[in-house]
Amino acid sequence: MQNNKKLATGHEAVVEACFDAGAKMMYGYPITPTTEVFTGWIKKGGDYLQTEDEIAAGFAVCGGVIAGQKAFTATAGPGHVLMQDALSMAEGMRLPFVAIIGQRGGPSSGTVIYSQQEVTLACFGGNGEGLRLVYSPATIEELYSLTRTAFNSAWKYQYPTIVLSDGYLLKSRGVFEADKTIENVESYPLVKEGQQKHWRNIFTFEEELNEEVVRNKKDWESIKNEVVRSENYQTEDAEILLVAHGIVGGAAKDAVNELRKNGQKVGLFRPITLRPFANEAFDKIAMRVKKIVIVESSLGQLAQIVRAEMAPEISTPIDYIQYPGLGIEAEKIVEYFK
Amino acid sequence: MQQENAAKFCAGCGYSVILMILNQVLAAQNVQDKAVMGLDIGCSLLGWNYLPINTFQTHHGRVVPTMLGYKRAKKDSISVAVVGDGGAYAIGWQSLFYAARRDEPITVIVVNNSVYAMTGGQTAPTTVCGQKTDTHPAGSREESFYGPEILKTIVKPGAYLARSAANDPKGIFAALEKAVQTQKAGHFSLVEILSFCPTNWRTTGKATFDYLENLKKIYKIGEV
Repeated sequence: MQNNKKLATGHEAVVEACFDAGAKMMYGYPITPTTEVFTGWIKKGGDYLQTEDEIAAGFAVCGGVIAGQKAFTATAGPGHVLMQDALSMAEGMRLPFVAIIGQRGGPSSGTVIYSQQEVTLACFGGNGEGLRLVYSPATIEELYSLTRTAFNSAWKYQYPTIVLSDGYLLKSRGVFEADKTIENVESYPLVKEGQQKHWRNIFTFEEELNEEVVRNKKDWESIKNEVVRSENYQTEDAEILLVAHGIVGGAAKDAVNELRKNGQKVGLFRPITLRPFANEAFDKIAMRVKKIVIVESSLGQLAQIVRAEMAPEISTPIDYIQYPGLGIEAEKIVEYFK
Repeated sequence: MQQENAAKFCAGCGYSVILMILNQVLAAQNVQDKAVMGLDIGCSLLGWNYLPINTFQTHHGRVVPTMLGYKRAKKDSISVAVVGDGGAYAIGWQSLFYAARRDEPITVIVVNNSVYAMTGGQTAPTTVCGQKTDTHPAGSREESFYGPEILKTIVKPGAYLARSAANDPKGIFAALEKAVQTQKAGHFSLVEILSFCPTNWRTTGKATFDYLENLKKIYKIGEV
C-alpha cells in the first residue's frame, strides 16, 4: 500500500485536495487567513485569476461551473460576507460552487486568524433558506478529505458547498495522510452547447418561486442522510455530552480524555457537517445524557443550530462554553468541570 | 433564426429590437450554438426566453464576472453579457472596469435608457444633468457618465468600444458584428446602445424619438 503520509500545513493539504479533486480554476482575492490557499494553488501551477474583489471571484466561479468547469474560491471574514452575494445565486440556481472559508474574528475586520463566528454566515448567509452543504474539519487530514468530499458533493447534489475552516488549522503544520482512495465525481456543463436552454433566476409569480424553493428543500432533505457526518467520541456511557466542531472539536476530544482520567463520564458529539446537521445521530445521544455542553469560539452560533435541530421532546438541559474569537484549548474545557 | 417567445418588454421599449439584432448577428456568423447570453437583473432579465440561444438570468449587477467565468471555462463560446446602464456603470462598474482592463474576451451590451427602468425610473449614472427622476425630483445634478469613453483609457489594443442607438438597426448590427468578431479575436468588446423607455420617460409617439435624439447629442454615436 502506498504511503501518503507527509508533513504539510493546512493550506498545503487544501491545495493538494483541490488538485486531487480535479479542480481546474481558482478565482481569488487575497485575504488572511486564506491567502496561502490562493498562492499555494498558483505555486503548484493551477490556472487562476486574481479578481478585483470577492464578488467578482464568486460570480466568475458561478460562470465557470455553469460551463462545466470545477472552479472554486477561498476567502475569509469580510470576504466571506461579500461571497454571500455569489453563494446566494449559487443556492438559487443550484450551482456546484465550492468555497474554502478560513474563519477569522468578527464583526467587521475583527481579527485576522481565528474564530468560529462564520458558522451562521456559511450555513444561512444570503437571502435564501440555507440550502448549502457545510463541512467543518478538525484536523489537517480532514481538511484534505473534506475538501475532496466538498467537490464531490457539490457536483453530485448541486448545492453550494463550503469547507469551513479557520486560520489556526490552515496555518498549522503536521503529519497527515492523504486519503487517495476517494474517487472523483466528474463535472459536466449545466448549459450544453446548442441546447437553447432558457434558465431563470428571477420569477414573475410568487407561486413559481415558492415551487422552486420547496423543490430544492425537498431534494436537500432527500440527500441529507447521504451527506451528514458526525463523530461520536466516548459517548456510550457518557453522562455529560460536549458538542463542538472544527478544531474546538479536537480540543474537546482531549478534554474528554483528561476528564475521564478523573472518572468523569464525559463524551463528545462532533458535527462534521454543520449543514445539514446530523440530528438523528445527535438526538440518540442527547436524549440519554444528563447534560449537554456546547463549546465554541463564538457567542452561540453552533448552539443555535443544535437547539434548532434537536428533537423538541428532548428536555436535556444545555449549558454553554463560549469564547467569541478566542482559541479554546482542552484546559479551558476541563476548567469548566472543576 | 427566429424569436422564441413573445416579448415581455413594455410597448415601445428598445430591448426587443436590440435582442433581435443580436440574434441576427449571431445567426449571420453561424455562432448561435456557441453563443451564451447572460442577463443582468433589471429590464434585461425579461429577455430570458426570447432568443433561440442558450440564455440565463444572473444576479443584481453581476452579469459581467459571471460571463467572464463562463468564457474562461469554455473558450470556444461566444459569451455575451446584457446589462442596463445601472448594472453596468453603477453596481457592476468595478467588475466591468476590471474585465475591460484585463481584456476579457467577452461582449458586453449595455442598454442605456438613462434611468433605472425596472424599478420605476430612478436616477442612473447616465441620467442627464437636470433630468427629473423619482430619486432626484428637482433634477439630477451629476454630469453624464460616459462608460465607453472612460473604458477607452484603460483597454488594451484590439478591444472594441462603441455606442449605437435603438432607432438605428443597421448601426446596431454593424457594432455587434464587430463586437462578436473582437471576441473571436480574443479581446474585450462593449457596445452601449441608447434605448427607448417611454414608460419612465413618460413620453408617447414622436416625443419618445425626440428624447432619444436628444440623448444622441449627449452620448456620441459611433466607435469610441
